[in-house]
Amino acid sequence: MAVVEKEKRIFRIEIDPRLCKACVICVDFCPTDVLMINGNTVAVKNLDACNGCQLCDNRCPDFAIQVFEE
Amino acid sequence: MSTPAEEAKPLAKKKKKVPFDYSPYIRGGKLPHIWCPGCGHGIVLKSLLRAVHASGTSQNDVAMVSGIGCSSRTPGYVDFNTLHTLHGRAITYATGLKMANPKLKVLVITGDGDALAIGGNHFIHACRRNLDLTILVYNNFTYGMTSGQTSPTTTQGKISTTGRHGNIDPPFDTCTLAKAAGATYVARGTAYHFQELEKIIFDAFMHKGTSVVDIIDACPTYYGKYNKYASATDMMEQLEKDGTVSVKQAEKLTPEELEGKLLRGVLHRSERPEYSEEYGKLVTSLQSKK
Repeated sequence: MAVVEKEKRIFRIEIDPRLCKACVICVDFCPTDVLMINGNTVAVKNLDACNGCQLCDNRCPDFAIQVFEE
Repeated sequence: MSTPAEEAKPLAKKKKKVPFDYSPYIRGGKLPHIWCPGCGHGIVLKSLLRAVHASGTSQNDVAMVSGIGCSSRTPGYVDFNTLHTLHGRAITYATGLKMANPKLKVLVITGDGDALAIGGNHFIHACRRNLDLTILVYNNFTYGMTSGQTSPTTTQGKISTTGRHGNIDPPFDTCTLAKAAGATYVARGTAYHFQELEKIIFDAFMHKGTSVVDIIDACPTYYGKYNKYASATDMMEQLEKDGTVSVKQAEKLTPEELEGKLLRGVLHRSERPEYSEEYGKLVTSLQSKK
């Protein structure tokens, strides 16, 4: 049996600190605990864990966060 | 054992995930919006923009009309034909707009207080006529803009600025009211279930006749603070996720289990002659008599 290694998918998270109001919705709903609050804005804590589900983007009320696949 | 040919076969490349681009629909320089941190209105607006995008309708053919309230600030941020009107009168302006130009797709953005209290009469009569409007009621159970007074949808027992010891008024069920008044598409969605909401708004937008969508979202600043919800996330989980049951799930539940929960999904759908078309026919028949 040939072992096929699953290609690691890499994501890039863009946060607009001008729009973010630190409401914590994205941090709470992230299934893999990628985000955290840093002062008055959200920040990326562990990008490696991101699985690209885009829950943070879709539930962000402030148009502040987007997930791109590299 | 796999053959060498199979091994050499390259893996099918998955399509890369791309986030939805809202920028063509947002007026330049208008963001950040005025809604409080954690307010669900922004989530609903995003679902709405995705639904309008999916419909393929040109932005020039969409008109968005709103009354007064937090929800009614929406037209200020979007790049459609927009009209921000008097408190409770969004539906009346929308009626005039649709009758004058029946080709427009008219979206009415209104809140629970705007649509059901001061605008209650307009709401039921629009449903009765079956004019082709898409009425989106952003239902956060309170008057958020004026600091959290009791609204017509505030749940019994909940605390507000004008009901410090708990609300004793039985609330309106927007969907039952709309259905009874004659709306031909009635549905309920929540900000938590954003994908379902997008689909519901799309259906409502494409439906010919009055469509009413009751959208449950959270007001953490007033309703949440007074009623001791820990955060916006807590409100979304308690009110929107656990407080609602989809129509499919509800079939399997007993009336006791359904008590205190709101039904989510498409609740009513029917076909009736549309008002602006009937009016057009009347005009044509009278002109031909000359």
